[in-house]
Amino acid sequence: MTTLLAIDWALLTEKLILIAIIIFASLGIALYMTYGERKVAGILQDRPGPNRAGPFGIFQPFADGLKLIMKEEIIPDTSNKALFILGPGLAMSAALMTCAVVPWGDHVELFGRNIALQIADINVGILYVFAVVSVGVYGIMIGGWASNNKFSLLAALRGASQAISYELAMGLSLIAVLMTTGTLQLGEIVKQQMAPGHLWNIAYQPLAFIIFLVCAFAECNRTPFDLPEAESELNQGYHQEYSSMKLGFYLFSEYINMFISSAIMVTLFFGGYDVPFLNESLLSPNIAALVGIIALMTKIVCFIFFFMWVRWTIPRFRYDQLMNLGWKKLVPLALANMLITGAVILLWFNK
Amino acid sequence: MNWLPMLLDATESTAANYFPIGIQIIFAVGFVAFMIALSAWVGPKRKTSDKLESFTSGISTHGDARHPMAIKYFLVAILFVLFDVEVIFFYPYAVNFKSLGWGGFEAVLLFVAFFLVGFFYIIKKGALTWED
Repeated sequence: MTTLLAIDWALLTEKLILIAIIIFASLGIALYMTYGERKVAGILQDRPGPNRAGPFGIFQPFADGLKLIMKEEIIPDTSNKALFILGPGLAMSAALMTCAVVPWGDHVELFGRNIALQIADINVGILYVFAVVSVGVYGIMIGGWASNNKFSLLAALRGASQAISYELAMGLSLIAVLMTTGTLQLGEIVKQQMAPGHLWNIAYQPLAFIIFLVCAFAECNRTPFDLPEAESELNQGYHQEYSSMKLGFYLFSEYINMFISSAIMVTLFFGGYDVPFLNESLLSPNIAALVGIIALMTKIVCFIFFFMWVRWTIPRFRYDQLMNLGWKKLVPLALANMLITGAVILLWFNK
Repeated sequence: MNWLPMLLDATESTAANYFPIGIQIIFAVGFVAFMIALSAWVGPKRKTSDKLESFTSGISTHGDARHPMAIKYFLVAILFVLFDVEVIFFYPYAVNFKSLGWGGFEAVLLFVAFFLVGFFYIIKKGALTWED
């Protein structure tokens, strides 16, 4: 009974440090994604982009972040004050929670301890991600409703129904992947893809990947699905009454979500921290972990660049087109993909 | 009584796996609360009644937003709940798919057929038409 009650202090410190590193790293990455987005936009539109704060404008995100913190907080008189503060808090907390199940590397050996580079390797990994993403929807909905402004309300309604519609297709598209992996644990899914003679899941499930990618764009409210922020129809979006850090939280949570969804796509379909044609077991664990993290980050950066590239290339969908794509095309496609995958595996590989 | 320690062991390991998530919730919520409090404390406080009106990007407001809204959004929300529950039922099947073999596949075909019947019903009913 004592083992049940006693707290493993070494494990607690280890996890606390890991959580702090991952959360602050994702905040830092989100900060530099804003810079990256403006630079990419600049390059694609043949202009320099931010270039005043520091060399190549490299301190621009810090200037922006500091400005957001230092601004006056306005809570409109007609809003519901408690919910008005809860909205961005919820959106940001949910964004910071999804990184718990992503495996960032195998493990490192420090101070004689074997430290796994994953905060929690729970056996329902993917379902956990879906659950936390659903909580993020409340952030948009509560914020937009509490603002007590018709444009915010419309944007929040759009955002919420878009997010839940695409969550359906997203969940369905993953079932075909799970049939091939047989587990929901993200660490295990990466290990399977690393095994010799096994290709990355993208090779077995290209259609599932495309559906998942489209849904990820919609879940992150990114162009071409950025209807909650359609400034030409809705002034600005669900966060137009917000100022100061609460506005900052909405913007940051979007970038963190983009980062984490890239990480999840890499983990599920592109081998996670796997380096192609390299047998990691030959390296010492710490070197292998370092190489793995670099590989994972490289793949994530490619995805983030893709998100930005699409944003500055493709125009926005109309709302009815968006809903039709989600419900009438992606859902049946994902179902068909699931059934065909099942039949093919049973016919050819499971005699 | 051989199963009791096994059972205890199983529950203990599951709880231990979720323990870091608990830490992370405390950490994330604490960070968010700290930042909101910090920016409320650091920023200037010169409020006037004009500033505290709804902003709406400068457009003058016509009443507040506490009005009935389009039923479509509620329909989408209800349909999402229905279909998402059905999707969740596929997950345990997908994980145990290989051991269930053809028998499981036939059962899932039947389930997908029920899913599709409901799906075509809502589409024919026009629950997802936005053009009207």
